[in-house]
Amino acid sequence: MSPDALAAALRDRFADILVARGEVSLIVPRDELTDALAWLRDAPGLSLGFLSCISVTDWPAADPRFWVSYELRSMTRHHRLRVKVGLPEADPHVPSIVAMYPGANWHEREQYDLYGVVFDGHPDLTRILLPDDWEGHPLRKDEELGGVSTRFEGALVPPIDRRGMA
Amino acid sequence: MPVERLEGFHLGTTPEEVEEEVERGLLLTSLDRAVGWARTQSMWPATFGLACCAIEMMSTGAGQYDLSRWGMELFRASPRQADLMIVAGRVSQKMAPVLRRIYDQMVEPKWVISMGVCASAGGMFTNYAIVQGVDTIVPVDVYVPGCPPKPEMLMHGILTLQHKVRTEGTFR
Amino acid sequence: MTADGAEMDAARGLPATSGALRDELTGELRQETMIINMGPQHPSTHGVLRLLLELDGETVVACKPIIGYLHTGIEKNTEYRTWLQGVTFVTRADYLSPFFNELGYCLGVERLLGVEAPPRAQLIRVLVCELNRIASHLVYLATGGLELGAVSVMLYGFREREVIMDIFEAITGLRMNHAYIRIGGVVMDLPEDGPPKIRRMLDVLPGRIHEYETILNDNPIWRERNEGVGMLSAEQALALGVTGPVLRASGVAADLRKDMPYAGYETFDFEVPVRTEGDAYARYVVRIEEMRESLKIVAQALERLEDQPGPTMIEDPKIAWQGRLSVGPDGIGNDPEYLRHIMEESMEALIHHFKAVTQGVAVPAGEVYSAVESPRGELGFHIVSDGGHRPYRVKIRDPSFVNLQSLPAMIEGSLIADAIAANASLDPVMGGVDR
Repeated sequence: MSPDALAAALRDRFADILVARGEVSLIVPRDELTDALAWLRDAPGLSLGFLSCISVTDWPAADPRFWVSYELRSMTRHHRLRVKVGLPEADPHVPSIVAMYPGANWHEREQYDLYGVVFDGHPDLTRILLPDDWEGHPLRKDEELGGVSTRFEGALVPPIDRRGMA
Repeated sequence: MPVERLEGFHLGTTPEEVEEEVERGLLLTSLDRAVGWARTQSMWPATFGLACCAIEMMSTGAGQYDLSRWGMELFRASPRQADLMIVAGRVSQKMAPVLRRIYDQMVEPKWVISMGVCASAGGMFTNYAIVQGVDTIVPVDVYVPGCPPKPEMLMHGILTLQHKVRTEGTFR
Repeated sequence: MTADGAEMDAARGLPATSGALRDELTGELRQETMIINMGPQHPSTHGVLRLLLELDGETVVACKPIIGYLHTGIEKNTEYRTWLQGVTFVTRADYLSPFFNELGYCLGVERLLGVEAPPRAQLIRVLVCELNRIASHLVYLATGGLELGAVSVMLYGFREREVIMDIFEAITGLRMNHAYIRIGGVVMDLPEDGPPKIRRMLDVLPGRIHEYETILNDNPIWRERNEGVGMLSAEQALALGVTGPVLRASGVAADLRKDMPYAGYETFDFEVPVRTEGDAYARYVVRIEEMRESLKIVAQALERLEDQPGPTMIEDPKIAWQGRLSVGPDGIGNDPEYLRHIMEESMEALIHHFKAVTQGVAVPAGEVYSAVESPRGELGFHIVSDGGHRPYRVKIRDPSFVNLQSLPAMIEGSLIADAIAANASLDPVMGGVDR
């Protein structure tokens, strides 16, 4: 389906649809997430039943702060859809979709590890990439890039995010 | 001007002392050279390939760049049987204790080649996740820069290490 | 007369072990499962993968892969560099398919910019990507063979790979992690000796692939160790998000090059091999066939390149890679003509060059998801821009990360040796898994 046809097919059910750069994005409130994903998978003609990716973006100046994107793909119709959920900073919880998509298990663990977004109902929400005793969620925008402040011939070279270039 | 004599460190100014020193030196130099030569023949590396450099290390051991010319194509999985640890690739914070444990399990004499800039100094990844140089964890003998170093560069690093081992002087 | 375990220990003067040796009701020998750790430093786990295995004798009862031993923070690093420098970071994620990382990233950024690479650049991109696919499958064959005990296959695989590495070195200057595909095209045109080398490879490689088939296809050991091992049904694979040769070996004909073509793949004539058995042997067959199809695409691309002159980088000076490169007496370097132009002739050109190199292009705000079919599956990039000179978020959807989730489903209930074979047939690259 072309992006416009896909957007047209969604307009009856969903309000917040955006078509840009050849892609269709859909914003749903978090309590409607599981219903929306089930509907998208079962709707005839859409068959968006394959989860490609779950990714979180951190917009610290905006509210909601965390935006979780679910990239869906249809193996039979060969189109894609992005479903986005906005989460407030004080309450970064979103229902887990592991029951519907077992492949979401590690994706959700990874985003929990790096951003601190909690996926309610996940069977084993623990750190996956960083050591188990790591503190903090490094990919958040207010966390530093890190790395050792290197010393070179007596001068202190700060980590790259504080070197004052461009 | 009188020479200051440091405790236990003989500078040998009298002819008798010089002769004694030379004699002992000759014997031990020969022994040193023999031992040094023996150690460089078939130094077995431990498998410690981590990332992209590991692929280049495998290429160095394969047919075209043939580490077997120095008896080193046999990468030992068990650190107890290995002499050389080639840290090939970026060392993450989670991997660092494992690296140290493998190094500790190796039996003396042992050497470390830090292959690639990520192992030598953190490489392009100056961030929270990568150890900025494995020499913060284990003592390194030879650093091989490159991202990844070509097999010829790794071979040059190995030959440099062999030269170092041969001239190390174990007994003096 | 059977003696109780505690009695036996007491008779030998040993302290009593916990519990009886035989179950009271059934009389069977009591057995407990053993939890062992395989990795992260292990010759057969394809890199720094740690498998927590619960074993009942030699049978794997449960398996939990523990990853993160190669976590590099690539995604965070890209947020602190310009858009172009992102290519050099992203290319080191899945280090066995660097061109695919670059291609996915650049296609995404180009979509955000609303531009397209020139036709010659697209042909070159397809050419090097398919060469990379062959090289990656050769590493699968080499390391898979080594892990199952076929050591000569390791040496043969790397021998063929050297041929391709030589081509890469001639084209890009590097054997791995090339940073050759850039936003707007490719950094340099093919060199003079590029096409002849590729043609020589096209003569040699089909015979070598046939050699592999002769050695392995009907080899009883290879078949025993791979047939029926690591079974994954199509439903399981789709539910877990598995893509690539693993999915195609389970019967689902899904290949992004055919389903959602990019970079001009729709104009090439090739097949997508599919098998239905879903075991390690099927994946082996699929990858061998894919190597042959990639050779076909390389031949077609080479032919079309002869009739497709033109620029290899987009014309727009704000996006294009600055600094023409040319081959001088000591290798590839800055073109002396271009240097003379910016240093001596034009101040604006110098300022523009400086700004372009230090700041780079400013990409309009928005987000895209750009996916390519890497040798391991769907390699996707979720790229978010806030309108600035640096990426705001680059999320890499790596196929190995998702495929590795299916390892427990593949090996629970089988032997440890089958776990090795199944892992090898998955062909995970830990750089992509951990990023």
